[in-house]
Amino acid sequence: MNYQAFLIKYGEIAVKGKNRHIFEDTLLSQLQNAVRRVEGEFHVSKENGRMYVEALSDYDFDELIGALTKVFGVVGICPMVRLEDEGFEVLAAAIVSYVDEAYPDKNFTFKVNGRRARKNYPMTSMELAAAIGEKILEAFPEVRVDVHKPQVCINVEIRNHINVYSTEIPGPGGMPVGTAGKAMLLLSGGIDSPVAGYMIAKRGVRLEATYFHAPPYTSERAKQKVIDLAKIVARYSGPIKLNIVNFTEIQLYIYEKCPHDQLTIIMRRYMMMIAEHFAKASGCLGLITGESIGQVASQTMPSLAVTNEVCTLPVYRPLIGFDKQEIVDISYKIDAYETSILPFEDCCTIFVAKHPVTKPNLKSIKKSEMHLQEKIDEMMQTAIDTTEVIYVEP
Amino acid sequence: MEAYFDNSATTRCSDSVVALMQRVLLADYGNPSSLHMKGVVAEKYMKTATEQIARTLKVEGKEIIFTSGGTESNNLALIGVALANQRAGKHIITTSIEHASVYNPLIFLEEQGFEVTYLPVDEKGVISLEALKEAVREDTILVSLMHVNNEIGTIEPVEEAAKLIREKNPRTLIHVDAIQSFGKLRIYPKRMGIDLLSVSGHKIHGPKGVGFLYVKDKTKIKPIIHGGGQQKNMRSGTENVAGIAGLGEAVEELYRDFDEKIDRLYELREYLVAGMKQLEGTTINGAEGRDAAPHIVSVSFSGIRAEVLLHALEERGIYVSTGSACSSNHPAISGTLKAIGVKPELLDSTVRFSLSVESTREEADYVLEQLAELLPMLRRFRRH
Repeated sequence: MNYQAFLIKYGEIAVKGKNRHIFEDTLLSQLQNAVRRVEGEFHVSKENGRMYVEALSDYDFDELIGALTKVFGVVGICPMVRLEDEGFEVLAAAIVSYVDEAYPDKNFTFKVNGRRARKNYPMTSMELAAAIGEKILEAFPEVRVDVHKPQVCINVEIRNHINVYSTEIPGPGGMPVGTAGKAMLLLSGGIDSPVAGYMIAKRGVRLEATYFHAPPYTSERAKQKVIDLAKIVARYSGPIKLNIVNFTEIQLYIYEKCPHDQLTIIMRRYMMMIAEHFAKASGCLGLITGESIGQVASQTMPSLAVTNEVCTLPVYRPLIGFDKQEIVDISYKIDAYETSILPFEDCCTIFVAKHPVTKPNLKSIKKSEMHLQEKIDEMMQTAIDTTEVIYVEP
Repeated sequence: MEAYFDNSATTRCSDSVVALMQRVLLADYGNPSSLHMKGVVAEKYMKTATEQIARTLKVEGKEIIFTSGGTESNNLALIGVALANQRAGKHIITTSIEHASVYNPLIFLEEQGFEVTYLPVDEKGVISLEALKEAVREDTILVSLMHVNNEIGTIEPVEEAAKLIREKNPRTLIHVDAIQSFGKLRIYPKRMGIDLLSVSGHKIHGPKGVGFLYVKDKTKIKPIIHGGGQQKNMRSGTENVAGIAGLGEAVEELYRDFDEKIDRLYELREYLVAGMKQLEGTTINGAEGRDAAPHIVSVSFSGIRAEVLLHALEERGIYVSTGSACSSNHPAISGTLKAIGVKPELLDSTVRFSLSVESTREEADYVLEQLAELLPMLRRFRRH
């Protein structure tokens, strides 16, 4: 079937009161960004509280739907057949053939919804719906009408054109990216952090990211993997500025000066500090991590408390109550899983102790950190100064 | 300074090879099957390459089949021979240190009902001729042996093996995977009793994506790629003329002053091995002197993770492999190292340095100097 236009349904943002136009304008521009990456020419428009994507040239259906289903704020996408107004008989015949093509198996119940945006149309909405329904019944005696719980709802909208649609492809929901500010994602090469980024972006938040690499302990391929993951998240969130921090010196320094079972937790505190530095520098309103309670030693509640203590910005942990499998499911859904499981070591695991502390005590951690006093400030500054920045486009 | 010591993974294409290939790709780009002049010219390049290769092996040009590289050569040899000879028997013998491109086709053949015997090796990586003789049966149709092991450089006694196999069963065919040995050791299939020999182009300063299989005249073998009937129906598909021409040129170049080149390579290897032994906590794996290939040095560094050392060396412009480069993508522990009995704690600590005729003593000095500096540093930090 050849669909020339798509009705974009958006849910939550419609109830935002006076800010509604901000949300709508953002969604409109995100839709425009999305179709720009699809081959072909499209027009995105807003009229009477509805949004449309119109195809002005040939295009690939799956490619377009793939792009539209990644725009947060979109609840549903209805492919529409667009007809010229050439009188009722022509219209009815076109709709009958649409039904024939869209539903090869005629064993269903239906109703017709009429809607008249152009009020000078000679029939009322009710009259139109009834007349079209009759034509469909005539053509396909097997179908039945059910006005209360129809299996198929055939929408006929009279505007300058006449739009006919009856199917809806679910969108990702959420809020358009750009309506909620910006946050800094701590991105590792694992399964969790890309999912965490996705989930926060879904609430309309723009993302920036920080990755810690530790050559020669982590490889160039591990870094490329993180860039690839950022690219995957960027399909949803839009472009991501990725800070790549060389963490080797700091890590080795902690390794030499602090008790080994505290290494990971102390390391994570310094990572948070560096990430927060970049976050504040670029106006982020919070940090995002992929932590989930109890998943590993550094994610027990006492560990999280100790890590959290170095931050002044709020730390958003969207996966905090998720089981691993639930995280994996989302990772699959956003197509990050295969990249996430590539076997390259990340910097959190290279020196991990056999039995890292699971109930760290803030006082004792701080005492250990006293051993770092001599050089740590300088090292942090160097790490910040030598950070590589990559702009990751979807 | 830069030292590329990963020549068993791949080599730099030589300048004359690239120049020739460029000429083929841009000017003489015809299809050898075309009837017109462009086709004739293309065919000539193939003929020249065939002759260049046949001459070095002292075989006939018609015994050379061009392939897409070592993997395809091995697949064609094993699967092609197995399919063509299955009525005579379904037993195949190989070693336990083969490359995946031998190992996996054999697993495929096992699934098709063939039986495969895997011969063990000693601590130097050498097969036992006794065990080999023992294993040959009435229904053994093929023995596939690696000439030089890609991970430790051990040379297998293929000539003696061939003799023993023939004595026990004159009908058994002998395939040699010479991907690491061609261009490093003199190989004369006829004198050595070899029926099939696999070679890859990019290990000898030729291009990637091309190689050949020597198949002794009248050997029963079936093609595994079917199509337009090129190369006497043994390997269909329009010939990779530029690659084949480049391969011929690489062979020609390599065999100019061959013995001097190889002597120099052995000297350099000895020099590197001696230097490695001076370093603390090193073990050289595999054979020594002329029992080893001239270009591979496998070293275990106690207390160091090979991958970390690899990346640390890379930061200093030195390129090496852990285990075998082909398996670096999936960091499974090396089969060969296990087979030769490398201690478990050293399996993950083993690095392969592989030289080429382009390697220099200055590069070796640089590598040794950098290792001397890096090893104590890396040993300070390790996982507990």
